[in-house]
Amino acid sequence: MSTPTPILEMKGITKEFPGVKALNNVSFRVNRGEIHCLVGENGAGKSTLMKVLSGVYPYGTYSGDILINGEVQKFRGIRDSEHVGIAIIYQELALVPELSVYENIFLGNEIRNGPVMNWNETIKRASDVLGRVRLDVNPGARIKDLGVGKQQLVEIAKALSREVKLLILDEPTAALNEDDSANLLDLLRGLRTQGVTCIMISHKLKEVIAIADRVTVLRDGQTICTLDAHQGEVAEAVLIKHMVGREIDNIYPPRAERQLGEVVLDVRDWSAYSPALGRQVLRDVNLNVRKGEIVGVAGLMGSGRTELAMSIFGNPLHYQVKGELVLKGQRRTFRSPEDAIKAGVAYVTEDRKGNGLILIQDIKQNITLANLREIARRSVIDANAEIKVAEGYKTSLNIKTPSVEQRVSNLSGGNQQKVCLGKWLFVKPDLLILDEPTRGIDVGAKYEIYTLMNQLVQQGMSILMISSELPEVLGMSDRVYVVSAGRVTGELPIAEATPEKVMQLATS
Amino acid sequence: MLSENLQTKGAGSFMQNLQKVLRENIREYGMFIALFVIMLIFAFTTGGVFLSSRNLSNLLNQTGYIAVLAIGMTLVIVIRHIDLSVGFLAGFMGAVAAIALVQWGLPTLVVVPMVLALGLLAGLITAFPVAQLGIPSFVASLAGWLIYRGLLQLATERTGTIIIPNASFNAIGNGFIPDIPGLDGVAPGIHKLTLLIGVVAVVLFIVNELNARRQKLAYGFDVLPNDIFALKLAFISLLVGGITWVLAGYNGLSWTVVIVLVVLGIYHFITTQTVLGRHVYAVGGNPEAAELSGISVKRIVYMVFGSMGMLSALSGILFASRLQSATTTAGTLFELDAIAAAYVGGVSAAGGVGRVTGSIIGALVMTSLTSGMNLMGVGIAYQYIVRGAVLAAAVIFDVSTRRAAR
Repeated sequence: MSTPTPILEMKGITKEFPGVKALNNVSFRVNRGEIHCLVGENGAGKSTLMKVLSGVYPYGTYSGDILINGEVQKFRGIRDSEHVGIAIIYQELALVPELSVYENIFLGNEIRNGPVMNWNETIKRASDVLGRVRLDVNPGARIKDLGVGKQQLVEIAKALSREVKLLILDEPTAALNEDDSANLLDLLRGLRTQGVTCIMISHKLKEVIAIADRVTVLRDGQTICTLDAHQGEVAEAVLIKHMVGREIDNIYPPRAERQLGEVVLDVRDWSAYSPALGRQVLRDVNLNVRKGEIVGVAGLMGSGRTELAMSIFGNPLHYQVKGELVLKGQRRTFRSPEDAIKAGVAYVTEDRKGNGLILIQDIKQNITLANLREIARRSVIDANAEIKVAEGYKTSLNIKTPSVEQRVSNLSGGNQQKVCLGKWLFVKPDLLILDEPTRGIDVGAKYEIYTLMNQLVQQGMSILMISSELPEVLGMSDRVYVVSAGRVTGELPIAEATPEKVMQLATS
Repeated sequence: MLSENLQTKGAGSFMQNLQKVLRENIREYGMFIALFVIMLIFAFTTGGVFLSSRNLSNLLNQTGYIAVLAIGMTLVIVIRHIDLSVGFLAGFMGAVAAIALVQWGLPTLVVVPMVLALGLLAGLITAFPVAQLGIPSFVASLAGWLIYRGLLQLATERTGTIIIPNASFNAIGNGFIPDIPGLDGVAPGIHKLTLLIGVVAVVLFIVNELNARRQKLAYGFDVLPNDIFALKLAFISLLVGGITWVLAGYNGLSWTVVIVLVVLGIYHFITTQTVLGRHVYAVGGNPEAAELSGISVKRIVYMVFGSMGMLSALSGILFASRLQSATTTAGTLFELDAIAAAYVGGVSAAGGVGRVTGSIIGALVMTSLTSGMNLMGVGIAYQYIVRGAVLAAAVIFDVSTRRAAR
């Protein structure tokens, strides 16, 4: 049997951003009717590759060729890629919460008679595709009333309604519990028998092994290899080896013996209710951090990790908080982030573009923002002192930029994260809360950040690190708390924390 | 010859430098150039009347009450809000001033601070639903628009237009600063104090620029090439010098211009040099990040709307004083003129970007268009269309240059 034309072939794809080569001569081949998994560390280039494929980065902004069924494609936008049957489902779902399921499924692809919507036909066809994804909901239900797992299925139904040939899923199970995940994988197998080709990006290697026909590994923007499951090439150890490209021990810098001091942060019976979400986000959390200690908080997305940080850091989202917060031996109530900062707490948020940085301002303005008093005399900013401070952090954190007057929107993810760190180090905190400190940044910058964390605790700072990357939590922490559904389900000294144990607690 | 000299220093030729600087700062200088071009065109089409002392003096006085609103509106738009109530608030505050002067017999020195305080209070009231309850400012200030319009009519209902006979109050909108006493014999027909102020301003500006340049060089930062820097100094000095010369040939600086310059100076200083200013732009750039950086977004909303209210009251005082009366329709459409001036001046609707100096230039552009077209005898209908086209062109220019900069 000669090799049939692959449904998709990407040849020599190179994509550059200012300062970073996100993709470097990547080749990627997907056969018709297979489930092809794309794996790699954060920042390896998986999402960028899929954005090139789906036309988010249009033809001309990258070099290389995209071939669908052997024909070269020049997508000018998402519409063009949809036209040839490509559908992409992102981690952040692209549904309109206030609209109904059927309206969402046919959004942008409305069934109509001339300018008038044909609602009856819409609802009937919506029911059909919902059946295909085995989702038993009323098509008239509003999206915001559905759980994340069901919303994901609606997204897939939406793709199916458009006669999708090539379905791309970007970490579809990241936000799902085990049942929903298993259900989703089952569905993908079902779609495979119906002739839908599927590309799945995933960090969960067990799922990859369970479902993939073939697996392509990306690392640092390059294709490392493509493995065939049916030849028995896919195994966890093999994948990890290709993904990290070196022995795993080397990712985390060595550290000196820690001298732990007194308890800096002590949170007792801490509960929080979110009026905006209408649910309890934290229940009876007990947690402490000592001087000079890195405490890891592990948990899945939506488990309450970020809510914990927010509720400690002056509660800007206005949860109704119960419990006791003791900082450096003093009982405190922070009414705003301002209070928390003054008391010596800093919080590097998970979403640096959303609520971490002011993208339209330059590096120096971002670094000094949380502590302008330090460089101001009687409320007047000393422009030269500001530049000096920024230059200092530029050097010590190795921020790669021609000038501290560069806009932060022009920086790469790693450098943006360093600006965030600089901003919060300038506050000179006793307790530094890091929320996903290395999300979406390259391996080199990661190592620098880990090294910095070790230096900081050496100097007597305390760090509370929230992370969904298990290796990071296990590699950096002295002690680990695991949260699930708003509760602390376990506290493990690092010697006892194994990936299996943490995962088990995180899903309990 | 000059350019050859510089080239040997590796600084590029004069024209290359000029092109490069203009390209890189097109947004910053664009409005100045536009204003300059508009003035030149009108000077030409009106046979020089547009640039006469009398017309220029009138033009600046007419700009005054919109200019102070545009300054406040700049900050409101920077923090991603809007305030529609300012026009009728200005009108109502003018009426309150007139009543206090005429019916209650209060002196100007009491009335002005009192009305400014009332304006501040009105601004804080608008801010309350916005800051506390998250009501969109468009809606909250639209309610204010209706309420102040009603209050203005109530205030002027019994008497109709209230004539203000108070000379000291009317001087605010019509008077000029006194000349240096005892120098009547020297150069008659020229306002010496105005000239002196102009010269001092130019000298201060040059000294200030040189100092800033020296400091930047000491830190090893980029500065403009020498020749372009000299050109910039010369251009601005000439502009300021030219305007003062023209004004000195008429009655000198008016009180309105002095007030606008003082307000502009204060706001420019606050927005560019102080912690408060930085907080305002941080809230405009990313409110969530600002809040998490320890900035109270609520407090900034109150301050910006409070300042807007106070400037509305000032605008009302300037207008009532200029007309020497409070009318039932005072303030109509001021809010839209102020918003237009701010946008022409380069404020971004997305928030976080915009300078008060830009908005003043924007206000001058809009009033120059009116004044110039009036002198040319262009019909009012065409004037609206032209001003609308200029507004659209300015915003399109702003957005496209911003995109190119990215």
